[in-house]
Parts: sequence; structure tokens; C-alpha cells
Amino acid sequence: MTDAQSVIDKAVKSNDVMLFMKGTPQFPQCGFSSQVVQILDYLGVPFESMNVLADADIRQGIKEYANWPTIPQLYIKGEFVGGCDIVREMFQSGELASHLTEAGIVCSQPAKAS
Amino acid sequence: MAMQAAEIERLIKAALPDASVEIRDLAGDGDHYAATVISPAFRGKSRVQQHQIVYKALQGRMGGELHALALTTAAPQD
Repeated sequence: MTDAQSVIDKAVKSNDVMLFMKGTPQFPQCGFSSQVVQILDYLGVPFESMNVLADADIRQGIKEYANWPTIPQLYIKGEFVGGCDIVREMFQSGELASHLTEAGIVCSQPAKAS
Repeated sequence: MAMQAAEIERLIKAALPDASVEIRDLAGDGDHYAATVISPAFRGKSRVQQHQIVYKALQGRMGGELHALALTTAAPQD
């Protein structure tokens, strides 16, 4: 396993909710990354993030790790959940909140977009 | 770097001959599209798996030549 793969693997496995994104939650540098941050913030979910723009090996490595060609990528309890499209679709249907609750992760906000 | 909507549709249909494919150009720059793909091949597959099938059909262009493809996938209603 390359350095990048082991860094990614460790981050995915040691954080309940892990978001690989462009930029940071405070300063997202991509609309799609920003959307996922807003959804997680709306649900009041604590999450860890990694800025793939800060490390080219991580940026490429994460695509290989999940066999997924784009950023952002959301992981819950070590499992790849999806990119922006899937996270938004799950949020709008309420599936994201139930997925988090079933994984034992507390959401401090309402389950669905009102 | 950009792609034409027809090229995206051609690639997806080459991999999924029975799919219905609808492409919408979101920004007119050849880089930002939305696509709705309906195919029996998606039946029983998770959303992630369905999207991976479409990305594979695009033969590595996703995230490179094609910056953004807002994907909606589903199996046809019975």
C-alpha cells in the first residue's frame, strides 16, 4: 500500500464521518464539495475532512481507493457513501439521516430538507 | 478540455445498449452536464455501483476531460 493509500485508509477507518474535499469546510474551493459540507452542517453531523488540493498524491489516491473518479467523496464508518449527487439525493429522501442514525452517529438537526 | 453531449451519450450507449440517456448541458462550456440514465443493468445495484457503471462507460474521461456530470441513474419501473 502506497503512503497516500495508507494515509487515506487510516483517515477513512479512524473517523466516523470522513469527507475528502477540495478546500476546507470553512473555505470550500469547489461547488460540489461545498454542497456536501452544507448538507453535513445542516444535519449537524460532526465530520473530519481532508483537503485533496493540498496533496496531489492524496487527490489521485482517493480516486483509486474507492474506484470513484471525482471529489468530493463521503465515507461513513469506513464505507464509501458517494459523491455530491448521491449525498444530495440521499439527503433529500431522508436516507442520509437514517443511514447516519443506523451507524450510531447523532444528527442534531431535522432529518430532511423542509 | 471539453466534451460534446452527443459523445457522452454515444459512450454510455456503447456500454449500455438498452439504456435511455438524457443529457442536459448545464453551463454551455462542454464541461458541466447533467445526465439521467435508465437501464435494466442497474437493477439490484446500489447508487454507487450504478454511477460506477456509467463512469466506466466514459472510459476515464470523468474528472478529467469532463469536469462535472450530475448523474441520476435508475432501473426502469416494471
